[in-house]
Amino acid sequence: MNQIKLSQYETTRYSRIYSLGAARGDLVVTNDDIAGPIDSSDEWIRQRTGIITRRRAGKDQSLMDMSVAAAKEAIAGAGIQPSEIGAVIFSTISHPFQTPSAATLLADLVGANPAPAFDISAACAGYCYGIAQADALVRSGVAKYVLVVGAEKLSDFLDPTDRSISFLLADGAGAAIVGPSDEPGISPTVWGSDGSHWESVSMTHSLLEFRDGESPWPTIKQDGQTVFRWAVWEMAKVAQQALDVAGVKAEDLTALVTHQANIRIIDEMVKQLKLPEHVAVARDIVNTGNTSAASVPLAMHQLLADGTVKSGGLALQIGFGAGLAFAAQVVVLP
Amino acid sequence: MALSQNEVLVGLAEIVNEETGIDVESVQMGKSFTNDLDIDSISMMTIVVNAEEKFGVKIPDEEVKNLLTVGDAVNFITSAQG
Repeated sequence: MNQIKLSQYETTRYSRIYSLGAARGDLVVTNDDIAGPIDSSDEWIRQRTGIITRRRAGKDQSLMDMSVAAAKEAIAGAGIQPSEIGAVIFSTISHPFQTPSAATLLADLVGANPAPAFDISAACAGYCYGIAQADALVRSGVAKYVLVVGAEKLSDFLDPTDRSISFLLADGAGAAIVGPSDEPGISPTVWGSDGSHWESVSMTHSLLEFRDGESPWPTIKQDGQTVFRWAVWEMAKVAQQALDVAGVKAEDLTALVTHQANIRIIDEMVKQLKLPEHVAVARDIVNTGNTSAASVPLAMHQLLADGTVKSGGLALQIGFGAGLAFAAQVVVLP
Repeated sequence: MALSQNEVLVGLAEIVNEETGIDVESVQMGKSFTNDLDIDSISMMTIVVNAEEKFGVKIPDEEVKNLLTVGDAVNFITSAQG
C-alpha cells in the first residue's frame, strides 16, 4: 500500500543579519524645547537621562514614511530584490490603526507584496523579538529573507506635562534583513515576559474610556523606579544568560547595544556586566532619545555608520520594556 | 548576626558615597534623601539594590517611597534583618 509522504520545509542551518536601515524623525527637539510643561530644565533632563536632543517626526512625517526609508536602506544594503523577501515582521506600539497591520502596507510600499506580513506588539523588546522570529523563519526554511522593522512615532502618544516618561520619547524606524548564512550569525534568544508588572509601563487610559468621554487621549506613562530596578538588575541577568547560551564571554564582544531607554540604565548595566573598555557601548539615546522598538537597530546602525565598530564583530543586543517584555541575543554585526 | 543601627548607618553611608560622591559624614539619620542630600529617584534605586545586597534584606518597590530619610532606611534595614 502506497503511503502519501507529506512535504515539509527544508531547513537551513544558520542565519545572520545582512544589513540595517535607519530613519529618524526630522525634527531635532532640545531639552529646553520640552522643559517648560514639566517644570524642568536642560540640566535636570541631561543628568537623569543623558539625553541632549531627541528626534521627533512632525505632522507631515508618518510612522510609515520612516519605516519605508529604513526598510529600503536595509533591502539595498542586503543586495537582494524586494520580491525575494519571504516575510515582513513589523514591531510597533504606535501604528494608529487597530487594523490592518502596518506590516502589510509596508510590504506593499517596498515591493515585497505578496509576502506574509504581520505586526508584533512587544514595545521596547519588539525588534529583538522580531529578530528571534526572523531567525526561526529562515532556519526552518519558511522564508529565505525576512524584513524586520522596529518603528515608532511615540510623539503621537505622549502628554507633554507627564514627568514620568514623555521627555524621553522620540520617533524613528530601524530595519534589518535576516537571511541564510554559512556561519552562525544569530545566537539563541533569551526572551520572556512578566505580566505581573503589566501596569509599570502602560497607557494612562484605554481607548474605550477615551471613546466614552471618560478620559483624555491615552498616553504612555511609567513607574520609573520599578522599571529602572527591573531594567538594570533583572536585565543584566538576561544579558549574561544570552552571552552564556551563545558561548561568548563579555570580552569577546565588539559592542553592547541595549534598548536606549536612559543613559543611567545603560551605564549601570555596563557596570553589572563588568564589560571591558574595548567593548563599544551604544549611546544613541544622547542625540536620538528613546524610540522604543526602533532604538536597538538605530543604535547599532549608528555605531556602524560612524565607524565605531566594523562588520563581522559580535554584538550583544537586548530590548526590554512594557509588558514587561524582554529579549536578548548575540549577533554578528552586519 | 544582625548589625546594629549604627553599623547599618555606616554601611549605608558607604553605599551612598559610592553612588553619589556625598561624604559619608553627611549621611546622618535625620537627613532627607531628596531635600538634604539631593539624591534623585534613579540613584535612590541604585542605593536600595546595593543595600539589599550588602545587608541581605529585601526592600520592595512600594516600601522605597516610604524611605524619606536616612533614618527611615536604617530603621527598615535593621528590622528587616530579623
